[in-house]
Amino acid sequence: MSVDSPRRSASGMVCAVILVLIAVAFLAPLLWLVLSCFDAGAQTSVKLPEHPGLDNFRAVLNTDTTWRPLWNGLLLCGGSALITVVVATLAAYPLSRYQTRFRKPFLYTVLFATGLPITAIMVPVYGVFLRLQLVDSMPATAVFLATTSLPFAIWLIKGFIDNVPLNLEEAAWVDGATPMRALRHIVVPLIAPGMSVVLIFTFIQAWGNFFVPFILLQSPEKLPASVTVFTFFGQYGSVAYGQLAAYSVLYSMPVVVLYLIVSRTMGGAFRFAGAAKG
Amino acid sequence: MAVTHEAAGAVGRRALARRARAAGATRHLPLAPALILLVLFFLGPVIWSVYSSFTNAALTGEGAASPQWVGLENFRRLFSDPNVSNGIWLTVVFVLGSAVIGQNLLGLAIALLMRGRSKTLRGIVGAVVVSAWVLPEVVSAFIWYAFLGQDGTLNAVMKFFGMSGQNWLYSDPMLAVIIANIWRGTAFSMLVYNAALADVPSDVQEAAALDGATGWRRLWSVTLPLIRASIVTNLMLITLQTLSVFTLIYVMTAGGPGFASATLPVLMYQQAFKFSEIGYGTAISLLLLVIGAVFSFIYVRVLKPGA
Repeated sequence: MSVDSPRRSASGMVCAVILVLIAVAFLAPLLWLVLSCFDAGAQTSVKLPEHPGLDNFRAVLNTDTTWRPLWNGLLLCGGSALITVVVATLAAYPLSRYQTRFRKPFLYTVLFATGLPITAIMVPVYGVFLRLQLVDSMPATAVFLATTSLPFAIWLIKGFIDNVPLNLEEAAWVDGATPMRALRHIVVPLIAPGMSVVLIFTFIQAWGNFFVPFILLQSPEKLPASVTVFTFFGQYGSVAYGQLAAYSVLYSMPVVVLYLIVSRTMGGAFRFAGAAKG
Repeated sequence: MAVTHEAAGAVGRRALARRARAAGATRHLPLAPALILLVLFFLGPVIWSVYSSFTNAALTGEGAASPQWVGLENFRRLFSDPNVSNGIWLTVVFVLGSAVIGQNLLGLAIALLMRGRSKTLRGIVGAVVVSAWVLPEVVSAFIWYAFLGQDGTLNAVMKFFGMSGQNWLYSDPMLAVIIANIWRGTAFSMLVYNAALADVPSDVQEAAALDGATGWRRLWSVTLPLIRASIVTNLMLITLQTLSVFTLIYVMTAGGPGFASATLPVLMYQQAFKFSEIGYGTAISLLLLVIGAVFSFIYVRVLKPGA
């Protein structure tokens, strides 16, 4: 295939042109965000800023508008991601190592729960939170967020543990180590890269989650960035679109950076979808 | 002597069995935190939702203080409410249009077109498509709100070509949210199909090419059957994701104008929190949950864990 026939390279050109057109179509909506964040007089229309500058960023970079919501988001999402990874690793270990009769039903249930629409349980969850007087509690919201990503995390981490050869732990057991010690000192160091991918992935998901904190938190000083960005948009008569764009950029930045960090290892997660043969 | 010996043996065996049972229990102790959380925040709410959908629970007024048992009233209302049947229809349109057709076919097309292209082109197109996926949902919704509005980019482009624009969010709210969701979700399908196509052995392709199979025929009878498992898994995953989309629609159109884009999640939110009827909102969410459960069940059957 070193020498392409003319027909082949012509069709190759057509494919390349179609791909470029698709990329342009995907970029077009983003243009507004990029131009408006540097334009103090921005509206919903797309136009080059008359006086490009950082005025919008200066206007939003204060405690109430940006720093506190970002900090709340960090607490909420960082907390929930940590809980997810720790609880999922603990649960995944026995599921990977011991053959018992409830292992399979449990795994089926976990996988089934992965598919349930979280949106649908938000009304009843609000009811449960109301009963337990947990509405407007940040720790409770973080724990709930952690629970929503738990099934998927258990599923992924069990896969990582399955790949750790058993003979390493058997040697430790012979030396009298408990399973928990074996998990901590042998398994966890080996699956640490996978665990960090799950950690970052859960963080990214929680960071973008609007509905859960929107329902479960109420005090303005507890709201994370995903919700305050909406109040920004909703409550004023005339929206300061330039500032909205600047704030959106600031709010999106952490997850974009985190995605770049994990993107290389993420390929494996997508192969997971292909690995399951029907 | 023999009797006591036997008895001792029985006691020993029983002790051993007890110890093994205890060890089995401790061995599974690490499962406890996960079980507690899943029962408290997953199973609990689901059971609670089944219960409260039979009551007139509300956020304010009489139903808030002491919810009354109303039997099948909520469900009778559910199935005679034109907004609910409209919501089911819009949810189907949204899932079919944006996920099954839009994201799935566009993602597959991009992955197929990328094969054999230069590394630079693949890198750039991939990064652009993925960037739409990485952005938080609220931000995507703002971007599309601005893009499709009266003064938005789309109308500016149409004006340039001499066409008259309109406020798409009012004139075609469903089309607007479907296109926005295709934009947002295509990267997922693209990544799944990229991974799947990378595993298709190239000699199979070449053999088919030597047998004189044309591009389309190779795609239809060689490539697609080989990635069948990925197609099924991808369809299930994006269907489940799309079924519960709330934020994108809520920010762009809030379900409006009227109920023109009120899919089940948006309708559920409106009934439960805007109109403060938790009981009725829960009945709607139960409906959504059942639809999701059916798809999730099929998905589990397809994946077969532990196989």
